[in-house]
Parts: sequence; C-alpha cells; structure tokens
Amino acid sequence: MKADPVGVRTGTFYLDGDRAAAEGAIAAGCRFFAGYPITPSTECAEHISERFPEVGGIFIQMEDEIASITAIIGAAWGGARSMTVTSGPGVSLMMENIGLAAMLETPCVVANVQRGGPSTGLPTMVGQADVMQARWGSHGDYEIIAYSPQSPQEAFDFTVKAFNMAEKYRTPVMVLLDECVGHMVEKVVIPPADAIEVEPRRLTDAAKGEYLPYAYGDDLVPDMAEAGMGYRFHVTGLTHDERGYPEMSVRCQDWLVPRLVAKIRQSADDIVEFDEENADGADVVVVSYGISARVSRMAIDLAREEGIEVGFFRLRTIWPFPEKRIAELAKKIKAFVVVEINLGQIFYEVERCARGQCETLLSPHAGGGVHDPEDILKVIEKGAKAK
Amino acid sequence: MSPKGIPEAVIAAVSGEEHPIAPFLRMDRMPHIWCSTCGIGTTVKALAAAFEKLGTDLDKVAIVSGIGCTGRVAGYVRLDSFHTTHGRPIPFATGLKLANPELDVIVFSGDGDLVAIGGNHFIHAARRNMDIKVVCVNNFIYGMTGGQVAPTTPLTALTSTTPYGNAEPPFNLCHLAAACGANYVARWTALHVRRLTKAFTEILVKPGFCFVEIITPCSTLYARKNRLGTGLDIMKYYHDNTVIEHGADPAEADIVFGGPIICGKFVERDRPTWLEYQDQHLTERLGEKYFRAKALQEACER
Amino acid sequence: MKFWRTPLDADKMKIPRGELHIIVERCKGCAFCVEYCPRGVLEMSDEFNSKGYHPPKAVEPENCVNCDLCEMICPEFAIYCLTVEEEAVPAEGGKGS
Repeated sequence: MKADPVGVRTGTFYLDGDRAAAEGAIAAGCRFFAGYPITPSTECAEHISERFPEVGGIFIQMEDEIASITAIIGAAWGGARSMTVTSGPGVSLMMENIGLAAMLETPCVVANVQRGGPSTGLPTMVGQADVMQARWGSHGDYEIIAYSPQSPQEAFDFTVKAFNMAEKYRTPVMVLLDECVGHMVEKVVIPPADAIEVEPRRLTDAAKGEYLPYAYGDDLVPDMAEAGMGYRFHVTGLTHDERGYPEMSVRCQDWLVPRLVAKIRQSADDIVEFDEENADGADVVVVSYGISARVSRMAIDLAREEGIEVGFFRLRTIWPFPEKRIAELAKKIKAFVVVEINLGQIFYEVERCARGQCETLLSPHAGGGVHDPEDILKVIEKGAKAK
Repeated sequence: MSPKGIPEAVIAAVSGEEHPIAPFLRMDRMPHIWCSTCGIGTTVKALAAAFEKLGTDLDKVAIVSGIGCTGRVAGYVRLDSFHTTHGRPIPFATGLKLANPELDVIVFSGDGDLVAIGGNHFIHAARRNMDIKVVCVNNFIYGMTGGQVAPTTPLTALTSTTPYGNAEPPFNLCHLAAACGANYVARWTALHVRRLTKAFTEILVKPGFCFVEIITPCSTLYARKNRLGTGLDIMKYYHDNTVIEHGADPAEADIVFGGPIICGKFVERDRPTWLEYQDQHLTERLGEKYFRAKALQEACER
Repeated sequence: MKFWRTPLDADKMKIPRGELHIIVERCKGCAFCVEYCPRGVLEMSDEFNSKGYHPPKAVEPENCVNCDLCEMICPEFAIYCLTVEEEAVPAEGGKGS
C-alpha cells in the first residue's frame, strides 16, 4: 500500500539525520511516539513533537526509556505504528522490553543514535559500539533486524524500511544511526506519498472465537489482532503456545523460540541489503557501515592510487548479517579490512563468516571521532600483503 | 426433589456445570495458580460483577498485568489481555490507551510490581492523570518469588528477606496515588466484595487515573511467616479491624502491623485527563491545524 | 416470615430463593463461603475432593436467599447461586399489629 499523504512532507530539505529519521517515521505511518531525552538523539523526538499534532500522531515524553519502549509496544497492540528513539544508555534500559517486543512479536521501531561508551561515555560524540548490543542485548534467543544509514537521506529511507520490516516480520527493528549521521545536515529528498511503499499490518481475518494469536504459516509469521477488534486474545512474555497461553515446558519452548529466530533467518535474503563496489577481483575488501563507510572511501581512494586492488562492501542492514556474500568473497580475496568506531564488533562477524579463507583485519577506533583515512590505509596495505 | 423444593442433584456436587462467571474467564485455564485462601480470585470476581452491572462492551476492554501472582490475572480473563514485564504494565497501558482511546484499559497487578519496580511509572501516570484504571492487589509481600519484603510490608513484619523483622517504612499507596494527582483513590479488602464491586463500577465510568488498592490475604507466605493464621483468620481480622471512612485523608491512612485498616473512597475529583488536556491546549494553540480539532468539534455539536 | 409490624403489602412480598451450586472439584477449602453465608446454609464437608481439600456442603439449602455473597467471595469460582421461582410469603402477624 502507499503512504498516507498526510504524513509525507514531499520536497527537498536540508535536514540532519535525526530529523530525517523523524520524517521517515511519519511518512511510514508512525502515529505514536514515546521517548526520553538523550543526546545525540533528541532532535528526532523534538521534531516529532512538533509535527505530530498536525498529522494525527500522539507524542508523549515518558519518565524514562523503560517506559518509552513499553509504551510503544502497548501502542502497537492498540493499533498504532510506533517508535522510540534513544542513544546507548537509553538502549541499555530498553533491552528488557525489546525482548518483550520480540517475544510478543510486536511491530515497532527503535532508533539508536550511537555515541561513545561505555556508560555515559561521550554523550555528544560519535561511536559505533552498540552493534552487538543491538543483536544480543536482551536476554534469551531472538533475532533482530537493524539498519545502518550513512547519511540523512538514508536515515529517512531506512526508517521507512524499518517500519515496513517491523510489520512484515512482526518484530522490533532497530535503526542504528551514529552521532555523525544524526547531526550531519545534508540534502534530503522526500518523495511524493505515492512513491513510498508502506507495508500494511498483518491483521487476522479469522472468525471471532477461532483466532489463534500464534498460529503461523510457511513464513513463520503469525497474523496479528489488535485490542478492541473483538478477538479477546491473550499475549504473554512467558513461553506460550499458539493460543498465547503460558506453557512452561521444554516442548513449548522448542516450539516457540526456534521459530522466533527462524522467521528472520529464513528470510535473510529478503531483508539483507548491502552495497558492493569492485569487490570481485579485489585483493582487499573494506567492510564498513554508517559514518565509517564514508570515511573509508577516502582511504580506498588512497589505496587505489598506490595500485592496491580494493573493493568496498557497505552494510545497509547490519542484522541479519550478510553471511553468504562475505563467505563467498572470502574465498576470492586476500583480506577483509573492517572499519568501525569500536574495538572490534562486526570484525568478529566478518572473521566468523570468512572461516579462515582469508585474513580479517580491523581498523579500530575507540570512539569520539572518525578514523583518520591514513590509519585505514595502513591496514589496507597490510591486508594487500597477506598470503 | 427434596420436600423443600430444592433439587438434590443441584445441591450435591455438580462438577460438569459452569459458574456464571465463565463467559468472563478463560475457563480452559482453570484451575488458576493462586493458593487456597488467596484473595486475588475474589477481586477478579468483583471486577466481573462490575462489568455485568454496567453492561460494559467487553470487546472494548483491555487488561494489562505485570509479573507476580496478581500479574496472572491478565491470563485468566477472557478479554484482550496483556501479560507484560515486571513493573511495566502502566507504561504499556499508557501506549495502548493513547493508541486507541476507545478502549477501557485496566491495569491489574500487585504491590511489588506497581510500586517497587514500577513505582516511577505509577507516580508519573498519576501525575499525568492518564485515563487508565489501576487495581493494586496488596498482600504486603512478594508472593511468587517466595515471600520477600515489599515496599508495602509493614514495619516489623517477617519476610524471607527480613528474618529479624522489616525495618523499612512502607509506602501508603493511597496517599501516594492521591498526592500524585489521581482522580479516584479507594482502598478495600478482599472481604469487602460489595463495596469493591461498587468501586469498580465507579472507576470504569470515571475518566482519568483511578486507583483502587485491595488488601488481600496471602496465607502461604505473609500469614505463615507472621503467625497470622489461615486466610480465613485474616478475613476475620479484616472484619474486626477495618474502619470505613469515606473521604478520609489518605495521609492518615497508614497501615501498621496489627493495627486497624482504614478503608473507603478517599479521593474523587475531576482533573482533566492527559488527552483532554492535550486536546484543549493544542486546539487553543493550533486551532484547525490540530488533527483532533475537527473530531472534537463534531463531538461537541453532538 | 415474622414481622414486627405486618407491612400493608405483606401479601406481595416475596423472599428470594437461591439454588446453590458447588463445583466441588474446583474448591480449595478456604471456608470463606461457610463463614460469611448470612443464613448458615453451608458447612465444611468431611469429604475430600480430588485435590485433598474439604469443600463446603449445603446443610440448610432451603435457607438460601440468593444473596450471592458466597459466589462473590469465593476465590476459586467454585460456588454460585441461581434464582429460583419465588413463592409468596406466608405472613404471620407480629406483636405490633
């Protein structure tokens, strides 16, 4: 279905990534936002608080991030497309109920504008050290979808995608911006509403009394009911059967949790997005995402001037991870160079997928700033000498 | 038939028959997990009775619970019902209500859930006067985890984590709710089934944050650790020691170990709800541009 | 029924009658219904149900006036009253008449 024109502010704008993400959310039909102020994400909440009264959304600033994530889950079950935005410390607080959203299979979007950590760290300065938290942060087994925009334009585009994937797979989806992308101001083109595809909610059409909240088909995604539709359904964060009733058993756990994981894993080809440039035939492939991807481009240019065959692989989605393509490339190249503003997170994913077929090298950064392209270049040079 | 006209067969055990509450409950989940003499089931019955009295459209009611013994209520009522995480039913209910203001959203949970881990949400929802109904079953203890001290445990009471007696002053929940701005505040016990039912009928039609505290026996843990006898003994204690004082200052209604329990409807007022205030304020500020302005105008004209 | 002073509409007054139903297997023996029945209809049984609890039994079922208190107070949803067809009250004159 097409986006509701009420929420689409078509035109060309000069926007920061936080506000672009806000516009993406509104364009995708987000009409409930609960949040708590935290640098460097606050501009997104501020923008939504200004826009919502005119487009039919409810904005509420909650007492903390725990309340914010929980309120958006409640709102999703009340029939709204919902979102919250925060940064590292806030995501840490939200993790419990991101798990609830995964368990109840609640479509919702969480944007994390990453800053330097751990703890309070560098509130106003960039980091990319929350990517593993996004994947593994809540307890128990589940899969997540996460996008990583590298520009305000992508902050808009990927937030729309995040809402669509949340509805399609009934899962919380994370948009992992970083402080640089969140605060950088660039041209953002918002297309007309009829050019924006919006995934409708998978509402059940079962007869009343016959609806089973967690019965599923081949895509492993159950159809949803919303409160007030008359189905009088029950959902629980406890391990539950297809009626949504708690069942504390090995059998039921084995029926439920592998499906929660499989519904994302088996559709990875539909979800995973990456940009690839000159990777076939390269000796070294640089793997990066977010603001680091843009910094890497300069290092790649420098390396090419030195005659090194460098390819580029940019993650648009971080989770699910593009395991297949990384494994294929590993067989053909000498080395991967992973550029990220942390001390090795996606690096280990790449190394895992490479399975020793090539070298995997890290160009780390502890956070607070972006890489010096010269530092990345040194790692690329090292990679070119591998094997 | 007996000479008195009462069919014997009916008086005798009739296990195949169903209770009149059946349409309100998920009978396929009975028996429930609550211990013998636990009062939670009684509070659920009172809620069902209130719905019946009001003729509420049950398709438009949602119940949200947290974690704990009372948290299981959501799983037993045949309504749209959400069993959420520990302490979080109030923010969940906030989102649910604001996304669909047509719903009657009731939070049904325990004292540990609502005012220990969920205390921050509790005070802020009351401050905002969010249009949700909060029912707190207060048994003075953490039941499901085995009888630990709660923020409602009276001073000196024994629990599994206060083996020498509780040395922390408890919350007076009604005072807390009233101080934070709740529109309706009442306290009853599991013995006061009629008054409790009446309180439910009142909060279901009252806009804003409404709070009902229900003092309830926990014979398995609280009564056993404190040598208070059986659940029935506790009900008798309520009978002998409850003082009903409508309109009493909730600040004066502290609960003291072994002392009287002041019950009644303490607060009933008409602060605008969160959404009413938003509507009023944003209509003033934005006029026709406010998305709900037109709908509100139409509602006024009707 | 005995009146202190016979009301003028005594012939129209009816005592409600209840038909008591006990779901023995669901009972957990708390005795709330026995304690709080205002008409002394119930008593704890010596029998056990399959869970090992003593359920209540109706010893004076004809005294049930369908007040519903047992149904309201039962935490197990194990006891209830149904209305039975009401009978006219045979009025006896009180002292004051």
